Amino acid sequence: MSRQALLSVENLTMRFGGLTAIDDLSLEVPHKAITGIIGPNGAGKTTFFNCLTGFYKPTSGSVVMHHPVRGPVRLADLPSHKVARVAQVVRTFQNIRLFANMTVLENLVVAQHNALQKASVFSLAGLLRLPSYRKAADQALERALSWLTRLKLMEFVNHPAGALPYGTQRRVEIARALCVNPILLCLDEPAAGLNPKESAELNELLLYLCREEDVSILLIEHDMSVVMNVSDHICVLNYGRKIAEGAPADIRVNPHVVKAYLGEDDLEDDMAAAGA
Amino acid sequence: MQAAATTHAMTLPQRLKDAFSVAFIALLLGIPMIGLTTTDEGGTALKVLTRWPALALFVAICFVGRLALQVVREALARRRARRPAKAPAQAGSSRLLTVIGWAGVGAALLVPVAFSDNRYAVDLATTVLIYVMLGWGLNVVVGLAGLLDLGYVAFYAVGAYTYALLSTQLGWSFWQALPVAGGVAAFFGVILGYPTLRLRGDYLAIVTLGFGEIIRLILVNWTSFSGGPNGISEIPRPGLFGYNFTPPGSEHSIADLLQIDYSPMQRLFFLYYLILALALLTNLFVRGMRKLPTGRAWEAVREDEIACKALGINTTHIKLAAFAIGAMLGGFAGVFFAARQGFISPESFTFSESAIILAIVVLGGMGSQMGVVLASLVLVLLPELGRDFAQYRMLLFGAAMVLIMVWRPGGILAHRAPTLVYTGPKGDQA
Ligand SMILES: Nc1ncnc2c1ncn2[C@@H]1O[C@H](COP(=O)(O)OP(=O)(O)O)[C@@H](O)[C@H]1O
Ligand SMILES: [Mg+2]
Repeated sequence: MSRQALLSVENLTMRFGGLTAIDDLSLEVPHKAITGIIGPNGAGKTTFFNCLTGFYKPTSGSVVMHHPVRGPVRLADLPSHKVARVAQVVRTFQNIRLFANMTVLENLVVAQHNALQKASVFSLAGLLRLPSYRKAADQALERALSWLTRLKLMEFVNHPAGALPYGTQRRVEIARALCVNPILLCLDEPAAGLNPKESAELNELLLYLCREEDVSILLIEHDMSVVMNVSDHICVLNYGRKIAEGAPADIRVNPHVVKAYLGEDDLEDDMAAAGA
Repeated sequence: MQAAATTHAMTLPQRLKDAFSVAFIALLLGIPMIGLTTTDEGGTALKVLTRWPALALFVAICFVGRLALQVVREALARRRARRPAKAPAQAGSSRLLTVIGWAGVGAALLVPVAFSDNRYAVDLATTVLIYVMLGWGLNVVVGLAGLLDLGYVAFYAVGAYTYALLSTQLGWSFWQALPVAGGVAAFFGVILGYPTLRLRGDYLAIVTLGFGEIIRLILVNWTSFSGGPNGISEIPRPGLFGYNFTPPGSEHSIADLLQIDYSPMQRLFFLYYLILALALLTNLFVRGMRKLPTGRAWEAVREDEIACKALGINTTHIKLAAFAIGAMLGGFAGVFFAARQGFISPESFTFSESAIILAIVVLGGMGSQMGVVLASLVLVLLPELGRDFAQYRMLLFGAAMVLIMVWRPGGILAHRAPTLVYTGPKGDQA
């Protein structure tokens, strides 16, 4: 992986008391690619995201984001809001976290808080409705609408986010994350709870984002039909350790991976289905 | 409560069992509270009397009432089940609210005209407006930002004492002290906010409650500073452009200036319009804030703080802003309170005040401006109306609270108006 890595993870370890959720993990996440992270339940995938995005402070090791403009940014030193704002690493959550009582549009506008807050000058320019603020507000609205259009969510624009069907909520959460202008988008099981048709649409969306919008993606996923088909590169975790890494075709036949998953009920079926 | 949400009806034996158990609890509670009473026989002895018929009546009422309640609840649940799922933002209902809002402002403007010789009514309306303003201020913290604050009265006290001290010690006028007191209260808001940033829900409630008590205890005990339990008196009343509502002949009397007959009601009217203006400004300000990034972030923090962080929002700043602005508005109300009473003491700033203000916000419907007005009317007027049958006053008060919460668990007006509505390609946002 010498091709300019976007994110370098070195010897990352995260312990909770006696439990080692991530054990000496090293990983390079390439630029403009989709990197899949798979592994059985409890393997430490979500914990890995939490360490990246400042929600957990790693016990040891380092995570460096090679920001194209700002240069290397050490993520483990930043509070979570700065990870999104400064390093432009934005995540979604395994259990969807939308602002349920706010509308879809409001969700997407809140995501542009920092730009808007700057334009509103501690709310003064906003309260006085100065043109500078109005312009920023219009831009934010436009940006929200353009992502809603691209993610085919326009029909829900004024709906309270919490009242939408599950699959739609997942897409709204991705649209909201995109409004933060991420360079690296970290998706935690975006296909969980989707039906096969929605999963297929998610595949297309992820490929579109990566190829057309130049968003690099780090993808935690259980749904093999998604992860095997869209990932350029896959990293497999088990008990917090990296047990395999490589192209999807190699991972599918890797004996360590198959063994790690043997306890899991339907992985081989899943893999077969994904390969078919 | 939860059981009512599931729609299948109870069978008759289930209903009877439920009603019996309620009646049994009523019996247990009723024996000491209703069944036994004491009379003063003169001398030193109290005689215990029994009132079994009254107790029997009470238990019977509970039994029948419970059966009736079951029927009502099931009917409500059926109705709720039939109602269609939550539709997107309805423009209609918010337009209706706007109309009602303007009608309310019109009615409020006319109160002194309608009650021009009724001192009591104007005074009471002024009190209602103080609570409306406090409710709108606390709404920022509790309703919008979702931070449960049980010590809001502390900021009301800080505002009141700041004005009282500045005016009696340094001779500041109402208008000079108003912004300063607001700033001091905001500062105290940040002092409370900072250590409680990590706390939520019950824990935050307890710390804020403690903060309110600390402020009150300081005011009681630091006698040289605050006058202790005796408070501060002879606080000057607010004037207008340097003129005062004082009898003719005194310095800077408005009656002399305008060559009109003096009446003590004039000052009451002025106070009423002053708090009306302050309250309306508060409302405009909070309404404006809601549509700005800070205000939207308040609601987002209420909805999901972790998601806010993941989107790059500094929730520390957002929460501190909510505490500071809520406190500032409470401080303004406190300045008005001190100026209106002319005398303040720590007794006006007890926990029960915080509880009433919080009840106004919660009963009104968290985040709803109109709900605060309705709840203030209910919570301030009801105890007043109840004065005629004084012993049942608190009972009435409690019953109203329970009824409102059963009828509308989200508050009187639980409707949330979106801050931004997309109306079409060229349509601009609302
Ligand atoms: N905050 C925490 N405290 C203690 N243990 C945790 C915490 N977060 C995660 N863990 C543990 O770390 C392990 C990995 O969890 P997680 O990263 O959620 O797995 P998954 O790969 O399914 O996303 C699990 O055993 C989990 O119980
Ligand atoms: Mg997980």
